[in-house]
Amino acid sequence: MGAAMSRYRNSPQAIRALVRPDEVHRDVYLDREVFDLEMEQLWHHAWLYVGHDSQVPDAGDFYTTHLARDPVIMIRGSDGRVRVLPNRCAHKGTRLASAVSGKCAGGMLRCPYHGWTYRLDGTLRTVPLKSGYDGTAFASSPAAQGLPEVSSVNYRGFVFARLSNTGPAFEDYFGESLSSIDNMVERSPEGRLEVAGGVLRYLHDCNWKMFVENLNDAMHPMVAHESSAGTAKRTWESVGTPEGPAPMVIEQFVPFVNNYDFFEKMGVKVYANGHSYTGVNFSIHSKYSHIGEYERRMEQAYGAERARQILGEARHNTVYYPNLTIKGAIQAIRVARPLAVDKTLIESWTFRLVGAPDELLARTTTYSRLINAPTSMVGHDDLHCYRSIQEGLASSCNEWVSLHRNHSAAEAGGIAGTFGATNEAPMRGQYRAWAELMTLSMGEG
Amino acid sequence: MNTALVDFVYREARLLDEKRFDEWYGLLTEDVRYWMPLTRGQPDGETFTSLFYEDKLLLKVRIERLRHPNAFSQQQPSFCQHVLQQPTIETSDPAANHYVTRTPFMYFETQLDSQLVLAGVTYHHLTVIEGALRMRLKKIELVNCDAALPSIELLL
Repeated sequence: MGAAMSRYRNSPQAIRALVRPDEVHRDVYLDREVFDLEMEQLWHHAWLYVGHDSQVPDAGDFYTTHLARDPVIMIRGSDGRVRVLPNRCAHKGTRLASAVSGKCAGGMLRCPYHGWTYRLDGTLRTVPLKSGYDGTAFASSPAAQGLPEVSSVNYRGFVFARLSNTGPAFEDYFGESLSSIDNMVERSPEGRLEVAGGVLRYLHDCNWKMFVENLNDAMHPMVAHESSAGTAKRTWESVGTPEGPAPMVIEQFVPFVNNYDFFEKMGVKVYANGHSYTGVNFSIHSKYSHIGEYERRMEQAYGAERARQILGEARHNTVYYPNLTIKGAIQAIRVARPLAVDKTLIESWTFRLVGAPDELLARTTTYSRLINAPTSMVGHDDLHCYRSIQEGLASSCNEWVSLHRNHSAAEAGGIAGTFGATNEAPMRGQYRAWAELMTLSMGEG
Repeated sequence: MNTALVDFVYREARLLDEKRFDEWYGLLTEDVRYWMPLTRGQPDGETFTSLFYEDKLLLKVRIERLRHPNAFSQQQPSFCQHVLQQPTIETSDPAANHYVTRTPFMYFETQLDSQLVLAGVTYHHLTVIEGALRMRLKKIELVNCDAALPSIELLL
């Protein structure tokens, strides 16, 4: 840090000034202090996706991850509840679980350093030679309080947490956007999802927001993905057998190069707090081949009418701002984890629709591999564009990024609504939420 | 036969390193699989995601995409170098026309100033078609298959 002036800390005015109704300042992507404040403010006030409860099916099962910079453990208690606890021994800070996932031996968390033990709800169980603390202030110190549980909500298996004690309530924060999770869950004949198929972990050397913005950007696929999806289309046309159905990979690739009209008409729904989804009317997932056995099981479970409604929703990407994006129609999610101002880890998780044929899971894993893997031809060009923004914005010619597309003065009163999907309203909505969550507890310094 | 198997493995890597993709494509059987699993001991590429799980059609798309003028991530081109350990013959079954080699490797992929280094073991499943060895399966087991990885732009 040294003598660097603090431009943004304790200055909500300076933070707010980075976001105009139709532009954002490049510092939201480039400035290290802004990034630090994002981790301390926005990512503490927002509800963050932690993991799925199927990752911890039994008491004592845990999964470790990070929320902003905080190491946390998602763990199932003896009471069956899934909790989110700090992954930090109350004593000296040792991580209590170092594996990504596992099961606590003996039904407790035990520190590998001095052997302090904790119950699965985080309360302190034993401290070796405890008499050594007699006559000290230990009992009233935070160290004696065990692991302070992080506020969390398990929404239909999706576990979200909020690090800060202040901030919007879960239902107020997500509101109607939760309908995308509902639809994903209801696509299981049993109404249940299970994490399956492994996790793709793709390092992005770019700011996290470039990824999140791109998820509802309907103006880029036909340009950025011409070389991959376009080539897939042409290759199939040259070697394919027109009478037969196209292979799954072609079916998944080709819609990426649909025209502007298609992407405009699929529609985008924008909610408060930065959430949105594309594919209100249809999406690139709408025309996948029918899987007869699956549809039969869905009709059996829900009745023909309701099954048709559930499967008729083919939403593209839903953004749960700031760290989760889901594809209900393909049962894949992506979780953004910022590592630095210009470094982000994107994890792609896939799900089994409990009660559905394996073919559905194969469709899911195929899609995730084609689109979200570090080896993905589609992902390469997306990431190339994000990296190029990260570097291009160093240009001194203009410090502002344009979000003018279809901007209307009426947005001053709120951005929520349904629009043509090429509208940049989702990004403007994200930055409105960004400015609010960044300054929520800054006061008017 | 053993020499021919080992020569095949070396040649296959060399064609990729020299971007002689059409010649490389000519080494593949119609039912080829190019597979790089995401986890250790992964049973299949269907109920589990893979880093690569490509059939002949997808490999053609991949090669054509690398040549596409608007393959933006390759406008500054990537280059790669395989460094192979001596392959060992794991299976040699002329009656079944089935041969398997095992080859530990290091793989370097560069793009101007950035360099990615990967290591692992590759299994080649080979078969003779019209007098020439052809590749039915190339299975690449990365030692760090579960790591957070940057873009891998070329073929291992």
